Order: sequence, then C-alpha cells, then structure tokens
Amino acid sequence: MLTAGVSEYGLPASVLAPYLFVSAAMFVIGLIGFLTRKNLIIMFLCTELMFQAAGLALIAFGRHHLGEDGQTFVIFVLCVAAAEAAMALALVVLLFRRRETLSAEAWKELNG
Amino acid sequence: MIAQTLSGTFLQPTLAMAPDVPAGIGTGPKWVLLIPFLAALAACLNGVYAAMGNKTRLPAWTTVALLAVSFFATLAMAMGFDGNAYTVKAFDWIQVHGESASFIANFSFYVDTLTIYWMLFVTGLATLIALYASEYMNHDLGVSYCRFFAAFGLFVFSMACLVMGDNLVMLYLGWEGVGLCSYLLIGYFYKKPEAVAAAKKAFIVNRVGDLGLALGLYLAYVHFGTVEYSVLFSDEKLLAYVEAAKVGAFDQIPAMAQWIALLLMVGAFGKSAQFPLYVWLPDAMEGPTPVSALIHAATMVTAGVYLIARFYPVFLISEHALPIVAWIGTITAFLAATIGMAQFDIKRIMAYSTVSQLGYMFAGLGVLTPTGGAYHVLTHAFFKALLFLCCGAVMHGFAGQLDLRKLSGIRRVPGWGIVSLGMLVGCLNLAGVPFTAGYFSKDTILAEAFVTPGASMIGWILLLTAGMTAYYTFRVFFRVFVGPTHYEAGDDHHDHDDDHAHGEEHHHDAGEHGDHHADGFHPHAPGWAINTVLAVLTVASLAATGLYFVGGSKDLGYKTKHYADTMVSASTASYHSPYSAHAFHDDHHGDDDHSGDHADDAHKALAGVGPRGAIDEPLMLFGKDPHKVMYYVSGIVGAIGIALAWVFHYAGRKTAGECRMDGVARLFGPIPRWAENKWYVDELYDAIIRIPLRVASHLMHWFDKLVVDGLVNLAGMMPRVFGWFVRPSQSGVLQGYAAGMVGGVAILLVVIVLAVRLGGGS
Repeated sequence: MLTAGVSEYGLPASVLAPYLFVSAAMFVIGLIGFLTRKNLIIMFLCTELMFQAAGLALIAFGRHHLGEDGQTFVIFVLCVAAAEAAMALALVVLLFRRRETLSAEAWKELNG
Repeated sequence: MIAQTLSGTFLQPTLAMAPDVPAGIGTGPKWVLLIPFLAALAACLNGVYAAMGNKTRLPAWTTVALLAVSFFATLAMAMGFDGNAYTVKAFDWIQVHGESASFIANFSFYVDTLTIYWMLFVTGLATLIALYASEYMNHDLGVSYCRFFAAFGLFVFSMACLVMGDNLVMLYLGWEGVGLCSYLLIGYFYKKPEAVAAAKKAFIVNRVGDLGLALGLYLAYVHFGTVEYSVLFSDEKLLAYVEAAKVGAFDQIPAMAQWIALLLMVGAFGKSAQFPLYVWLPDAMEGPTPVSALIHAATMVTAGVYLIARFYPVFLISEHALPIVAWIGTITAFLAATIGMAQFDIKRIMAYSTVSQLGYMFAGLGVLTPTGGAYHVLTHAFFKALLFLCCGAVMHGFAGQLDLRKLSGIRRVPGWGIVSLGMLVGCLNLAGVPFTAGYFSKDTILAEAFVTPGASMIGWILLLTAGMTAYYTFRVFFRVFVGPTHYEAGDDHHDHDDDHAHGEEHHHDAGEHGDHHADGFHPHAPGWAINTVLAVLTVASLAATGLYFVGGSKDLGYKTKHYADTMVSASTASYHSPYSAHAFHDDHHGDDDHSGDHADDAHKALAGVGPRGAIDEPLMLFGKDPHKVMYYVSGIVGAIGIALAWVFHYAGRKTAGECRMDGVARLFGPIPRWAENKWYVDELYDAIIRIPLRVASHLMHWFDKLVVDGLVNLAGMMPRVFGWFVRPSQSGVLQGYAAGMVGGVAILLVVIVLAVRLGGGS
C-alpha cells in the first residue's frame, strides 16, 4: 500500500546499485574497523556503522520492491540500536573503571 | 498363624467402640494435673531464667518449690484416693476415628494405687535431690545452672507422664522424655569427651529397647484395639487369656498376644539397664551426681519395673515372658555384682550395684511377686539415692576424688559426720542387714524365688549375689569412711577451668586440719542443703522398714501384708503366686501338683478380677514358711559378706591404698582384673557390633567412592573432554571472535551462493 506523495514506481535497478555500493562500503569499513582496532569505543562505533549499512540496504531494497517492510524494520533496528547503545556505553564505562584502559586486550583472560 | 490372627483382629467389629471415658472408670479432680504440669512449669521458668542471664540460685529455689508443691499434690492424691481408679484428662491429644476401629490416646492421666505408689517416691525424691543439687551445682551458677534445673524439671514432667499416663502412647511419650533428659543430663559436662560419649551411649542403647516398646505398643493396639489402660485391662479377651494362662493353656492364646509382653520386655530391659542392654548405666555416672541419684538410681531406671508391673496381666498370658524376665534379672544381678566387686571408683560401684539391684527387681517380677519387685523399687530408691548423694558429697568435697584407694577414714574429717552416717545406713540397707528396709524387700524376692517351681536356681544365684552385694558395699564403707584418715585430692583440684572445678572453695577451711597434704588441699565439708537432704534420706531409708509392718489391708477381699503389697495388689499389677501361699502362675505348671490345686483360687486374684480364695497349705521351704526361713538365710549370707569385707578391707589396714585383699586377689589370678575390666563386655560389643559395622561402612564408603562417585564423575568428565577440543577457540580476544563470525558468515555465503548457482544450473 502506497501513501500519497510516493512514486508509484519502485527504484530502478540502476539507481539501486549505488545505494547498495555505499551500504557495502559502510559495512566493510565497519567490519575492518572492528577487526583491527582495540579501543572499545571505536569498536562500538564500528558496529553502529555496520548497523546503519544494513539499514541503508534495507531501505533501498524497500523502495526497489515498493514494500513498507524495509522501512518498518529499520525503525525497529534504530530503536534497538539506541537502547543497545545506551547499554553498551554503560558497559564500556564499567569496564574502563575496572581496568583503567579502553583496550579490548585488557579482557583477554575471559577465555575458555 | 500370625497372619491369620492379624486378619482376624482387623475384622473384629468389637474394636469399634472405645468410649471417651470408659465405663466403670470415673474422672478424678482436675488438680491432679498440677503434679506433672508444675514440673513442666519449673522447666519453662528455668528456660526463662537462662534467657534473662540469671546468675543466682533462683532456678534451684524455683524448682525445689514447684516440685515440693507437686509432691504435696501427690500426697493429697494419695490421701484422697478412695480405692477406685480414675482418669483425669488434660486435653484431647490423638483421636483417629476409623470405620471399624479408632485410635484414642488422650493427654490424660490414670490414677490407681500403683500410680500413687510410684509418684510418691518420684516427686518426693525429686524435691529432695533438687535441694541437694542447689548446693552441689553451685560452682556452675549461670546458664549451666538454669540448664541443669530445666532438664531436671523436664525429667520430672516426663516421669510423671510415664507413670501417670492413661495409655501406652503417654507412657511412650514419658519414656522418650526421660530418655532425652537422661541424655541431656549425662552430657551436662559437654566439654568432657567422656561425658558426651556416655550420653550418646545411653541414648543409642536405649534406642534398641525403645524399638521393642514401640512395637509392643503397636501390637497391643492391633490385638486389643486400644492403648488405654482403662479399656485394655478390662478387655474381655485379655481376661479370657489370663484364665487360660492360669491353667497353663497357652496354646489357646494367640501367638500375637504373647508377643506383646516379649516386645514390651525389651523396652524394659533397655530403660532399666538389664543384660544385655545394661552397658549404658555405669557410663551414665559421667553426669552430675544428683542426676545419677535421681535418674540413674531411684526413678528413671525403675520405669522398666513399672512397665512390667503395670502390664502384669499381659505378661502373664505370655508363656515365656516372665521366665525370661526372671532369668535376665538374675543374670544381670549376678554379673553386675561381680563387676561391682572389682571396681575402684566408688560411684561406679554404686552404678553396678544399681544394675544388680534392678536385676533383683526384675527377678522378683519374673518369679511372680510384683509386690516384691515394687517394694524393692521403693526401698532401693531411698537407700540408693542416699548412697549416691553421699558419694556425690565426697566427690564434691574432695575435688572429684572417687578412687577408694585414695580415700580413707573420712568419718574423722570434721564436717563429714552426716555423710558418714548416711553412708552407713545406705550400706546396711543395700547389704540387706537384718531389720533394714532393703533386707525385707530383698527377702520377699528371694523367698518367692525359692518357692516358685523351677525358679530355685534363680533363688540360689540371687542368694549368692546378696552375699556379694554385702561384700562390695562394705568394701566401700570400710575403705573410704573408716580406718586411718588419709586422702588425696581429685583431678579437679588443680584444674580450675574444668567444668566442675570448685575453684577457691577448697581453701576456705585452710589450716583447720594440718595433716599430710603438701599441696595444701583441704576438703570442704558439705553445707546445710546437702546435709539436710542426707539426713532426711537417712531417716526415710530407716523409716521404709516400717512400711513392711504397716499398711496391710483386708479391703480387697483378701489380706495384704504391708503397704507395698496393698498398693500393688489394688492395681493392674495385682498378682499373688499360689506357690508362696499367696496366688498362681507357673514357670512349669505341668510338673507341679499345686498349680492344679490352686488354679481356681488363684486366677481370681489376677488383675483385680475378684476376691482371692484362701490357700490352705502354703508352700514350704525346709518345712517352714519361706519368708521366715529367708530371714535367717539371707541375714547370714549378708553377714558373711560384711565379715569378708571387714577382714580384707578394714582389719589391719594402715594406708588408704593397701589392704589384705591385694594379697587375696592375687590368688585368683587374672580373674579380678577381668572383673575390673567389666568382663570385657564393652569390648565384646565392640567386636561383634561396632567393628563389623565399621568394616561394613568402610566397604560401603569405598563402593560409594569408586562405583557410585565414579559413574557420576565419569558423566561429569564427558563435557570436559569434548570441551578440551574446542576450548582453544575461546581466546578471549574480541577481534578473534569477530573474525570467527565473519569467517563463518563468509563460508555460509559461499555455500548459499554455490547452492543457488547449482540449483539455478539444474
């Protein structure tokens, strides 16, 4: 079901492609950042980047298929991300208080 | 056969009726309830004092006062008794009503002459001994003092429930209650390992007996459909069995009914320290002496005698119960006397003597004279309490010294006159010196033993035991109380931290006697409370003789000889052996002419069924009245025992430690040492019970450890083994996990892409 002011045609594949490229680039940047950096806050920001990359792809596909599912889902993702951000930052603060450092290496002893 | 009887009993419709207050039994005045509940109140108040941190003698005075009121209530109960048994109900307790049968055990009390007889000396002695303990325990003022008197009050309450309860469940409640108090008071000095061990031993050995009692209770209910005395003892079935038993027709009595007595008997053996369950009583002397005197000499240990006397009709209908009781009693009396002869600890000698005298009581019950048994209970209660309290005074004054080789001639130490006199009177009674109470009560049992067919062997053994009793009793007296004055302090003298150290008190009378005590030890003489109690008990022990000559009655339709006889004959224990010129039963009915002759007369005497006919020709011993003969025979035997003690332990003795007996004992080789070591009975029990149990438990332990634990641990180890393979992947490095995830997703992607490709291709 389309609402007023929205084109009745979906995004054509040629227009969709750049959105997906940007999304993929954001995701890969986030992934690489997550894998290479040790700072907990940076790593956390990288996960947010990957989140948003996924969200962008969802919206793009939603426009492509003229469905509302993509947008609905992204709103959920944003809500969860906001809540998770609050918690994750609180955790980071607590972790910092314990070790006086933000390095993920400091928690290496939590191995199996 | 038992199975048949069981089903038959369950189906019997007659079990349905068990009226609340049975016909023929009235209710008594409510103030009778004061007797047990005042004692309970004393226990509660002492608990409150303990909580309030009372450090005065208030607990003792409270207990003495309440018990004294309880005693006077008992006295009033005795005075107001009109000859008809009655019950007094405190409250409904257990009432289970079924379709065809109901189980009723109310918290109510049954008062007949036997109850009164028992309660008189229980409350009387409890009051006196509480007064004694007020002084004896004064080194422990504070929580321990309150604890002592709380247990003391609880004991009297439990004993009252045991003796006065109107049903077997009440008796069982009291039975366990006195057992608990006994345990608590034996273990009073709980910092002493021996006391704790003795308390546990008493409790555990009693468990064996209590199992018998519980099973007997159960069987009595199953067979007779009631546990209430008033219903049980007027039960037609029971009366019919008693009739059958009189003519020796035991085959007409169901085996299950006969088993009741055999099971109750086991309970009695446990509580009254009979062979083979007597081993706990000597060890129970670890408790404070007032406890030994009250619980382990005068009252609690006579509960078994009470049980058998109360259930005498039930014992009569069992073919083997009374002969077993007689023989066990005889064996116990003899065995304990042999051990008592070789001990050196005076309190222990008295303990073995208690076991031995309890054996006499059981033998008396077994040879058909519940009167003799009950009379000996009464006389023994007084003189044995007196003896124990005298020993306690010595122990108290001489810093825990109880070794008769280290005490001598106490009579001459200033302040010990009453103790010595009390000891003399107690010893005369215990030794059965003519015209003492102990002499008459013991003679009753001995005479009956000789005239009851098949029991003459019992008589001879008991007679020999009487001589041994006289010997070991006067061995103590001659060594400790007379002879050259010499004494050494006990272990408590230097050990001021010990529970019964008397601290500075030893030094109060320093300088009064300047004899050979390099360490400055001076015994402190007993104070007024101890002396008063000893004096009262001395008089009571002497006065108990009078009971042999007064209190006879003709109210029962036949003549009773003396107070104890009257009291026992008017109760459920009523029974007179035909053999003794008094009534009937038979260890060996078949081989005796008289049983047939007198059966008719005799059975009427049972259980108060009716008046007992006169018996024309009483059985004779050496052609005379057996009681008269026994007066001389046992008097002579007692005198021989005392004479031997005189020769070996008094004459020519110069020091406390050495006497002529040392030389004589050597003639017997190792036997005295064996006797001193209690014939190694404890060791025997160790070997046949404890060691096998220990071995078995070790085997079980290893089975548990290897097999059971092995299986459990094996199950627990499996995940650990699997985990060992995958554990390295959990490196603890965050990036490592992320890389793993990325790798995993990548592989999945590849798989999906390939699948789509291949799927698309097909």
